[in-house]
Formats: sequence, C-alpha cells, structure tokens
Amino acid sequence: MNLKSEKINGSTVLYINEKRLDAHNSPELNERILKLLENGETKIIVELGDVYFVDSSGLGVLLSGFKNTASHKGSFILTGLQSQVRSMFELTRLHRVFTIRPTLQEALED
Amino acid sequence: MARANRQSDVRVDITLPTQTRYLSLVGNLGEELARDIETYSGDRAELGYNLNLVLTEAMTNAIEHASKSSKKLRIIIRVWREELCIRVYDQGEGFDFGAVNKPELDNPTVGGMGIFFIKTLMDSARSYKSNSNHILEMRKILN
Repeated sequence: MNLKSEKINGSTVLYINEKRLDAHNSPELNERILKLLENGETKIIVELGDVYFVDSSGLGVLLSGFKNTASHKGSFILTGLQSQVRSMFELTRLHRVFTIRPTLQEALED
Repeated sequence: MARANRQSDVRVDITLPTQTRYLSLVGNLGEELARDIETYSGDRAELGYNLNLVLTEAMTNAIEHASKSSKKLRIIIRVWREELCIRVYDQGEGFDFGAVNKPELDNPTVGGMGIFFIKTLMDSARSYKSNSNHILEMRKILN
C-alpha cells in the first residue's frame, strides 16, 4: 500500500496514496494506525484525497482507528473525502460518527 | 421464455484465484461495464460505482467463506436490456445471506456492512447451494 506519513504541528497525517481502500490493502492501514497508537501518536489525521473507492473493509478499518484512538483519548480526523467516498459514509451514517474536515488545513486547526 | 434461457446482451464469465489482489480487477470490470449500458436511463456513473462496490463485497465474502482447498472462484455477469444479474460462485460452505441482519447504523460496528451494501444497492440478492457450489446471486433492474 502506498501510505505516507508526516508530522505537522503535533499531528500525524497519514496520506493514503491509493485509488482504492478495500479488503486487499486496508489491513496494512490498520497495522499502521495501531503502530502509531503504540508509539504514543494519538493525534491522527487521515488524508483520503486520492481515494476514489472505499468498501466495507476500508470503512471498518477507519472505524476501528477512530474507536482505538478514542480509547487512547486522542483524536482521529478524516479529510479530503471525494464525493463518492463521502456517499459511503452517508449511506452507513458514519459521517455522524467521524470528525470530517474538507481540507487538511482545517483538520490541523481542529 | 424462462429467464435462464434468454439471450443476454453481454455475458462475462471469469474465474479467478481466491485472492484479494483481484478485487480491483473485478470491481473495475463491473464499473466499466455499467458505464457502457446505453439502455440504462439512470446515472450510469453511479450505477458503475455501485457495481464496483457490490462485486468487491461479494468477492471478499466468497474469499472469506471459501473452503481452504478451494483456490478459485467464478463470477458471471449478464446484462439484458431490462436487468443485470451477477452470480458469484465459490466452493465454500457459504452462509445464510438472508439471516445477516442490517447493521446498527446508530451504533456502527465493523461487521455486516458488506451485506448491507449489497442488499441496499441491488434490487434483489439471495444465496443458495447448487452441487458443490455456493452461489450469491444479485440482480439490478435497469429499465
């Protein structure tokens, strides 16, 4: 999985540089998020600007990330959602669970 | 004429290893196919995205439920003027598709969402056994 991370103002930004987040590559994202939490990185921003397609496995990993971060009293923000991906969150009502910001700048200001 | 005997406009029949690396291939195939259905009066881009999703979910399910000795799964997509049918065959024990409950959307959990997508985005879906195959059949009305 093409996954890059960057530390900005105390937050760790995970850039998912993939068109798809599905059952094939989402386990790798899950491992990366768990590793961040193990290392005490509890302010996580997931940048989804490149992601055109997300399935239930991808949504599940993001939901696990959100719940695990919450249990570490941290923050887990999603940003850059394309319209089709946002529709998946709305269909499952997950947009009411996650903190979603239109841009990375807004996510960093949160 | 019985539905099974009708001549479909498009028939795609593929056999693949039970590996998640082929999810994008199958999903994208469904999406491209939908974008090309000229008789569909609705939003073809949306139909394409939805087919990508249900194919991905159905194939993921087939891989998860396939028996360990089963190395292949088969997918048949047929398109008629008025409807589209996808069948996913695997040699696993299968599961009772109808018995999978809708996920609690007000208290979301990781499980059950794939089946929810299939049931929500297709007009009908059912699973059944035929010989040694477990088959998930999904239909979408086009006109």
